[in-house]
Amino acid sequence: MALFKRKNVELASADASENAIANKETEGLSQRQIVVKRFLHHKVAVASVFVLVTLTLFVYTALDFKLGPWKIHGWWKYKIEDIPELRTADCAGGNVGCPTWSLRPKFLGGAGIGFGEHPFGQDDIGRDYFALVMKGAQRSIMVMFIVGIVGGTLGTIIGAIAGFFRGTVDAVLMRFTDFVITIPSIIIGSVIGFHFGNLGATFLALYLGLFSWTGLSRLVRGEFLKLRELEFVDAARVAGASNRRIIFKHILPNAVGVIIVTVTLLMSGAILLETALSYIGFGVVAPDVSLGLLISQYQDSFTSRPYLFWYPGFFIIAIALSVNFIGDGLRDAFDPRQRRRLTLKDRRVGRAEKKAVE
Amino acid sequence: MFAYIMRRLGVLFVILFGSSFILYNLAAISGDPLEGLRTSSEPSAKQQIITLTRELDLNVPPPVRYFLWLRGILGLFVGKLDFGNARNGQAVSTLVQHAIPVTIRLVTMATVVAIILGITVGIVTALRQYSRFDYAMTFVSFLMYSLPVFWVAVLLKQYLAIRFNTFLSNPNVPIGWNIVFSCVTGIFWAGVISGNRKRVSQIFFGVALGNAALLQLLSTLNWFTHPGLGPVVLFGAGIGVAYGVTQISVGINNKAALRASQTMALLALISYYPSQYLLKHSPHVSTLLLMLLFTLLLGAGVGRIFAKIDRGPIMRTSTLTGLVLAFLMLLDKLMQTWFPYLSTDAVNGRPVPTIGQMNALLDQSDFWMSTLDTLMHLVLPTIALTLISFAGYVRFTRGTLLDVLNADYIRTARAKGLTERTVIMRHAFRNTLIPLTTIIVVDFAGIIGGAIITESVFGWVGMGTLFRQAIGSFDLNLLMAVFFITASLSVLANLIADLLYSALDPRIRVGAGK
Repeated sequence: MALFKRKNVELASADASENAIANKETEGLSQRQIVVKRFLHHKVAVASVFVLVTLTLFVYTALDFKLGPWKIHGWWKYKIEDIPELRTADCAGGNVGCPTWSLRPKFLGGAGIGFGEHPFGQDDIGRDYFALVMKGAQRSIMVMFIVGIVGGTLGTIIGAIAGFFRGTVDAVLMRFTDFVITIPSIIIGSVIGFHFGNLGATFLALYLGLFSWTGLSRLVRGEFLKLRELEFVDAARVAGASNRRIIFKHILPNAVGVIIVTVTLLMSGAILLETALSYIGFGVVAPDVSLGLLISQYQDSFTSRPYLFWYPGFFIIAIALSVNFIGDGLRDAFDPRQRRRLTLKDRRVGRAEKKAVE
Repeated sequence: MFAYIMRRLGVLFVILFGSSFILYNLAAISGDPLEGLRTSSEPSAKQQIITLTRELDLNVPPPVRYFLWLRGILGLFVGKLDFGNARNGQAVSTLVQHAIPVTIRLVTMATVVAIILGITVGIVTALRQYSRFDYAMTFVSFLMYSLPVFWVAVLLKQYLAIRFNTFLSNPNVPIGWNIVFSCVTGIFWAGVISGNRKRVSQIFFGVALGNAALLQLLSTLNWFTHPGLGPVVLFGAGIGVAYGVTQISVGINNKAALRASQTMALLALISYYPSQYLLKHSPHVSTLLLMLLFTLLLGAGVGRIFAKIDRGPIMRTSTLTGLVLAFLMLLDKLMQTWFPYLSTDAVNGRPVPTIGQMNALLDQSDFWMSTLDTLMHLVLPTIALTLISFAGYVRFTRGTLLDVLNADYIRTARAKGLTERTVIMRHAFRNTLIPLTTIIVVDFAGIIGGAIITESVFGWVGMGTLFRQAIGSFDLNLLMAVFFITASLSVLANLIADLLYSALDPRIRVGAGK
């Protein structure tokens, strides 16, 4: 098997030159600058940030947005409550309410590049599906962020306290964590969602957040146990820093990599959990809209009107995928052992330098 | 050690007690089981309310009622576990007894497939770090990680099951599909093996052309409706398996191991007809187990005969070869059942079902028919669950293996002049397995709770269905039973994972000090 016949002769010399390149790259930069630089190097992750931000803005500005007494009008002409007439013209196979968006320009015989009347088609009673999908995506993004914030905060605080104070505090908090772990989030989500689904998606998200911090708190605790033994903590203590100051100013910034990466994973998990719960009917319930709910409502019409099924799914995947890639980029950026991949150009430069030295 | 386990078990009981108490009360106050009846206008509603109240002790406040429920659970220690009754009067224990095997069947298959595929792909991506194959696989695994299972399930039903069933009515691979499929496999294998440009293109064309020819041959032979391997193909595959297993297990240079494995292939050829006879006339699980035992003994025996030194690894190699061949024989038998299965009225030429856990119309008396039926019903859910959990294993294996490969002892192993195969398989891979084992144990427990969605999409009646039924009808006893089982499994799995970790990694001691 050729799998094992890899030449490793290059490794040693590559290692040395790699170190040299890495050192040269990080010279005179602060930790934050290094992380940002490394992150920007991860092309897919940067693209994902762009996609996620664009998508969020696109989705949230499409419909009317209410913020207390203010109301911002959305740019899309329909609202989810509107029931326009079912479009019957131009639909293939005698269908009604088919999607109208098109990428084929007019001179090629298409409808021109644009959205048309109902870009994602219409549902059974004629509601504009684009508006519905936008509303569902808003719900999913909101749930994702709330779970990320609530779960992230709780997990960080509990893990930090347990890891920093050790002893009894640690034992109690970790048993409490075990205790929450035993309650599977899907079960608690269902119980809550089914009975309190009418309280809205925000409530659901808060609850999911309350039960999703366990993994993070364990990781943060481990990190704190490790970091609190290091010299800079002793130095800070000798200098008279309070516990609070040591936790927040000295240790937490060093643990932030683990936290951020785990929180992104938590967020992408949250969006899948929310849509799944809504799909089996225990999450967001009608008349509210959620991507999972849309899929479960229209999966039976897959053969005749597949677009009712495709678009919500695409939005779920796009959001979850970009969050996952951002998490991957952050992991690479925060990992001190991570060294940048040597490009062909680097190797050439390295070889040339070596030759010059010889 | 014993004291440690006891202490952990003690803590575990306290935790289970606390979380069940909270969930019980939460579920109890979140809904009224009599709500439907109270507003109902049926004349018998009042009577039903009284009966239900009496049977489910609804007049007792939830915090106290919890202890009534707990008394039934504590019966576990005297051998009388009692989950109470469901709303419709059935004992929850009976319901659960029927549901658990279904869920385990669903989950086991998917987990095993995901683990095997995930670890293999993870290793290859780690060894080919930063190659195009690595990037492609990273992308694919992230994509799978972001897929909602219910969405994938609908797609699988539509595009895999229904299309495949339709294809079987006229089993000729269309030329376009053949080209696409061959190119994809060619690219895949070229990526896995890799090398310089010439080598990659050789591999690509070799694999793609071979694949295209094979598919064409299979469609000409009507293999898709009349599949089978037969002794000749089995022997050929056996020789190939012998080479492959030997290479991975001890290296192709170990002639004794290679000969032992090849002998196993020859023995498989000789025992083909006898075993077919046995499988046909004595179709029982016990026969299969007996044959498995025989294969193990035979493999060990053959290995022992050929080994002059180093008995262990050679016996392991020949036994592994024997197991793969035994599996192929079993597969052959199932393939022979394929056509009769297709032509039954119940199946009617559409063998991949989109829903359900067994074909109710099929006569289940024939062992091979019912086995095949069970397997066919597993196909779609397994693919769906595998797709989702595969990604995690790939990422985890890749990360761990890369960490291990950077360790000093790997450098030492290389410096000693060991072959790359020995370094990877013996030094690196075995150490990668340690954290993987613990992940697998915990995952397996978690996935049982997570199968709720998959079960609902594919219409299986397992724990997930019970759970949905429980929530939908405010059935507290049923809900608590499902919770109790999944929660106990998950805490137990965590304990087992910790113990395994310490057993596998001598650097970690549980219970020593605190």
